[in-house]
Amino acid sequence: MERRSLADRLRSAWLWIVVVVLYLPLVAVGLASLSESRFFLFPIRKYSLKWYEESFASLQIRDALWTSVALAAVVGVIATVLAVFGALAYARHDWTGKGWYQQIVLAPIFFPQSVLGLALQLWFNTLGLDMTWHASVFAHLVWIAPIVTMVVAIQAYGYDASVEEAARDLGATRWMVFKDVTFPLLWPGVFSGLLFAVLLSWGNFPLSYFTSGADVTVPEWLYGKMIGGYTPMVPALGFLSVVAGGLVLAVGLAIQARLSRQP
Amino acid sequence: MTDLSETLPASAASARPSEAPARPAWRPSTGLLCALPMLLLLGLGFLAPLLIVAVYSFMPRGTFSLTSAPTFENYVDIVAQNFHISFLWSIWLALLTTVILMAVCWPLAVSIKKLSPSRALLLTVLIVAPLFVAENIRLQGWSLFLDRAGLLDGGLKATVGLSTGSLTANVPVVVFGMVYIYLPFMLFPMMLGLANVPPAALEAAQDLGASRWQQFRDIELPLAAPGLVIGALLVFVISLGAFSESKFLGKGVIVTVSEDIESAFTFGQNWPRGSALSVLVIVLAGAAAFFGLRRLDLDSMLGRK
Repeated sequence: MERRSLADRLRSAWLWIVVVVLYLPLVAVGLASLSESRFFLFPIRKYSLKWYEESFASLQIRDALWTSVALAAVVGVIATVLAVFGALAYARHDWTGKGWYQQIVLAPIFFPQSVLGLALQLWFNTLGLDMTWHASVFAHLVWIAPIVTMVVAIQAYGYDASVEEAARDLGATRWMVFKDVTFPLLWPGVFSGLLFAVLLSWGNFPLSYFTSGADVTVPEWLYGKMIGGYTPMVPALGFLSVVAGGLVLAVGLAIQARLSRQP
Repeated sequence: MTDLSETLPASAASARPSEAPARPAWRPSTGLLCALPMLLLLGLGFLAPLLIVAVYSFMPRGTFSLTSAPTFENYVDIVAQNFHISFLWSIWLALLTTVILMAVCWPLAVSIKKLSPSRALLLTVLIVAPLFVAENIRLQGWSLFLDRAGLLDGGLKATVGLSTGSLTANVPVVVFGMVYIYLPFMLFPMMLGLANVPPAALEAAQDLGASRWQQFRDIELPLAAPGLVIGALLVFVISLGAFSESKFLGKGVIVTVSEDIESAFTFGQNWPRGSALSVLVIVLAGAAAFFGLRRLDLDSMLGRK
């Protein structure tokens, strides 16, 4: 008994160490964004918000923020709609060909994203499509819609399908069953899926990088500056992006908690 | 997964009429109807681009169209011009990352399983959240932490007078960066796998005198194996495409295959070579995913009741 509890204590210490390590780089980014000097030296001599002011004043950054917000919003909505039906086919219905479908849906998740981004770039080029952030919407969907499908599928596996049959027996049409029975039962999973989709799109770099053409998202802008030479606007915008993502996540989780408390 | 679906291609299988007489006739078609938008997206956005890459890889060097006669010269070039070195580096780094993450994540998954549901949820959220931050921001953070006069070096110098110098620009820090970035992809499938281990089985084994090691080897490991396999595959395949880690933490000590692919498409202006390198990655990733996933029952993994 003694030995086991020691092992347990070691394991939970390890757990908390890992969680702290996960957040260390974000702390470093936050600190670097508050240092006044052009190059980051720790300990910081003088704190200032001037890099935030410069970031807000930059038109390039404003454009990048808008592009990222629009991309995340559009991807979030389309991916979720696709995923609701995708998840019903994945988990709820038995149909011939389902086994293949289940593996095809997983394929883009089990795939290096940089290679997927390049393949899409080549494909858009071959089709002669203009590459703007609209192309990135499509690229993000290829990766994000399958992930959201899995999130919704977990919910779809969990509910009792006999209520749908009961509704049908009582004369409900297929659409009424979906609208009044299936969708409300799926809703908590759908909402987590939407949250996932928006946040994954917001933080994605490789797919945007290869497909957005002249449009620049926040992660792309940061990448350009990190390659081209450090400016403290990199941690400033990086930290803003972290805070924005964190806020969306917090609000989303609060809504989610309320949803799951309802009967 | 039905027997039928394993032996028939998707299109042929879906064209088959329903064969379960007890079910209402519309049900199978509902499944296919629901799947259609997703199949369309993945056909146009995944399969078609990969096919185009495969075709480009057989075009002569430096061409930008698909009309030339096919050739193997790009594949010959990969070895002749030593591009296979970056490919081997990527495989090695991906393998290392996978093995290290298995060891790092197992105790995490075990201890999360023992937490109360609300605490487990809190930890899950804490571990998922960094995934939503672009990886170049997080790697920049590590660079600020580990560089000369960064948080670690500067902090130590100011407090105890020690200096670590710069800890970036080496191979171990690249591996560290990859382990850091891909941790959730190992941990969550592992947690799913461990959820299949009933606590009663462990208690029974313990009562019968099994050591902690025997419990791990004979009960936990086999029952959690599907989750482990998924986690390992996911990490291996995704990290094959890693390039930010070597760029921002390794500062160029090594070049990964993704970086070579990217430069073939950009500075190199040699799409066929980039495509040939991509095909190698796609084949390796595809083979790993296909053989690994084929053995798993996805329905029961995700909690079909």
